[in-house]
Amino acid sequence: MPTDANSLTDLGVREIRDGVAAGDFSAREVAEACNAAVASAEALNAFIVATPEKALEAANAVDAARAKGDALGPMAGVPIGMKDLFATKGVQTTAASHILEGFVPPYESTVSQKLWDAGAAMLGKLNMDQFAMGSSNETSYFGNVASPWRKAGSNAAMSPGGSSGGTSAAIAARLCPAATGTDTGGSIRQPAAFTGICGIKPTYGRCSRWGVVAFASSLDQAGPMARSVEDCAIMLGAMAGFDPKDSTSLDASVPDWFGNLDADLRGKRVGIPREYRMDGTDQAILDSWDMGAQWLRDAGAEIVEVSLPHTKYALPAYYIVAPAEASSNLARYDGVRYGLRDLPEGAGLQDMYAATRADGFGDEVKRRIMLGTYVLSAGFYDAYYTQAQKIRTLVQRDFEAAFEACDVILAPTTPTASFPLDSLNNDPLTMYLNDVFAVPASLAGLPAMSVPATLTAEGLPLGLQIVGPAMDEQGVLNAGLAIEQRAGFTARPDRWW
Amino acid sequence: MSVTREEVAKIASLARIRMAEGDLDKLVPEFNKILEWVEQLGEVDTSGVEPMTAVIPQKLRLRDDVVDADPLTAGGRRDDVLANAPVAEHGFYGVPKVIE
Repeated sequence: MPTDANSLTDLGVREIRDGVAAGDFSAREVAEACNAAVASAEALNAFIVATPEKALEAANAVDAARAKGDALGPMAGVPIGMKDLFATKGVQTTAASHILEGFVPPYESTVSQKLWDAGAAMLGKLNMDQFAMGSSNETSYFGNVASPWRKAGSNAAMSPGGSSGGTSAAIAARLCPAATGTDTGGSIRQPAAFTGICGIKPTYGRCSRWGVVAFASSLDQAGPMARSVEDCAIMLGAMAGFDPKDSTSLDASVPDWFGNLDADLRGKRVGIPREYRMDGTDQAILDSWDMGAQWLRDAGAEIVEVSLPHTKYALPAYYIVAPAEASSNLARYDGVRYGLRDLPEGAGLQDMYAATRADGFGDEVKRRIMLGTYVLSAGFYDAYYTQAQKIRTLVQRDFEAAFEACDVILAPTTPTASFPLDSLNNDPLTMYLNDVFAVPASLAGLPAMSVPATLTAEGLPLGLQIVGPAMDEQGVLNAGLAIEQRAGFTARPDRWW
Repeated sequence: MSVTREEVAKIASLARIRMAEGDLDKLVPEFNKILEWVEQLGEVDTSGVEPMTAVIPQKLRLRDDVVDADPLTAGGRRDDVLANAPVAEHGFYGVPKVIE
C-alpha cells in the first residue's frame, strides 16, 4: 500500500475511501499530501482560494469517526476541490468574477453540504470561466488556468477547457482525486475531454441548484469530475438527490450507480448520430469516434446509425436561450446587496448600477448579458427567444426518437483537442463552436459524460461522449466504463509546474 | 438583421452596463456577427411546435404555508442578509440619494 505523499495523490476516490476505511493510511495523510500538491502547483492557477486548514479539519473528523468505530460516508477521507460557483459558508465565493470578489456566503450550497456530509474534505475553491461563461478558462477575473498538458516538444500554455477549467486542471495534475463541475452547455464534458479525465452531467434536476451561482437556470447542472468512471459514479451518488429548496429539483430516488456499474453491454444498442459528422472536425477526433464504436461493439453492444436532424440548430438556439436567462439572473448584481459597488463622485442610483456592472463584469459576461437583453426586448422576443425555445423542443424530440432505436448515443465530446491559451479568444463565435457536440444534450436535459479515449499525435487527450435518455445515468456510466476498460488510457501530463 | 451603434448603446443602457465609446466600437461588429449566425434559426419551420417551458416535465411544488417553514431562509436573519452589503447602515442597505 502506498505510504509516501506522491503515491497518495495518485489514488482515486474509491481507493482513498477504501484505504482510509481499512486503515492503510489516515485521512489526514491524504489531506496533507493533497494540500502540498495544491501549494506546489501555483503555476497552473487552478485554485482561487486554497483552504488547507479546512481539508485537515474534515480529515481529522473522519479519522476520529473511524477510531470511534462510527460508520463512514461514501466520500470519507476524500479531499476534493470545489468549483467557485458553489456557495461555501465562510469561504469566498466569486464565480471567478470581480463583481463578487470578497463575497463570503453565510450559507452552504446543497451539493457541497451533501459532499461534506458524505465525508469529503475541501482543498479550496477552483478557478473557472467567469460566471461559467467560456470554453477555455480565459474569462476568469483571477487569471487563466493553464492545463497541465502541453503539446509534445512545446512549452506553450494550453487551455484546460471551460468553464470547469480549474477543476479539470487540478484533477489531471493530481492535485485532487475529484472535484465538482457544473455544466450549462458542456462545461463539465469539454474540460474533461481536454485534460484526459472523466466527467458526467446528470439529468437536469438530479443535483440541486440551491446555492449554485445561477447562469442559465433551465440548463445549469452540477456533476462530478474525476479520473475514473467508478469515481464519478461514487461522487455523483453523494451529490444527487431531491432538494425542496430547488423548485426544479427532481423528486426521485438516487440509484446506487457505483454498485450497479456493469460494462457488459450485450443486448444494448449504441446510436451513432450521423449529423455529428461535421465539416471542420479533426480527423483524429473522427478516428477516435470509430475506435469508440469498436470498443462498445467489443463490449457486446450493437452499433446502429441514428439521426438527430436539428443538431446544427442546437448551438445557435443555445446562444439565445442561455444569454437570455443570464441577462435575467445577473440582474441581481447591482452594487447594493453584495459584492462590488462603484459609486462615481456625485452619481445617482442608476449611474451606480451601470458603473458597478461595467467594472464588475468581464467582457464575455457583458457580451452575453447584452445579447440576452436584446433577444428578450420588445419586438424581438418572438423572433429570437420564442423561436429558440421551439427549436429546443425539436432538439428534445430528436433525442426521444433516437432513443426508440438505441439505448445510448456515442459521439465525440469536442471537435478538436485542447488549443493554446490566447489563440481563440479574439473571436467569440469560434470559441462557441467548441461546445457544438455538447450543447444538444444540455438543451434536452439529458445525462451525458466524457471519458478519455486516446492521445493525438501531438500528445493531447481526446474524449468520447456518451448521452443517455433522461434518468438513465446508469446506462451512460456503464457505456463509459466499457470504453474506459478498452481504451486503457493511462497517459498523464509530465510535470512542469 | 443588424444592429447599429445607437441600438447597441440602447441595449447597454437597458442592461445597466456603462459603455465607453471604445467598448462600443469593439462590441458592434461582434454583436452583429453573433446575430447573423443565430439568424439561421429562422430557416426552421416551427409552426405547430410548442416552445419549451420545462426540460423535464414536473409540477411546481408549494411548501407548507407556515411561518419559518425553513429556518435557514425564513425571517430574523437581518445581520446575515446585510453581512455582504457594500454599505449597510442602521440595519438597512445604504444607497445614493434616489429622490431629488
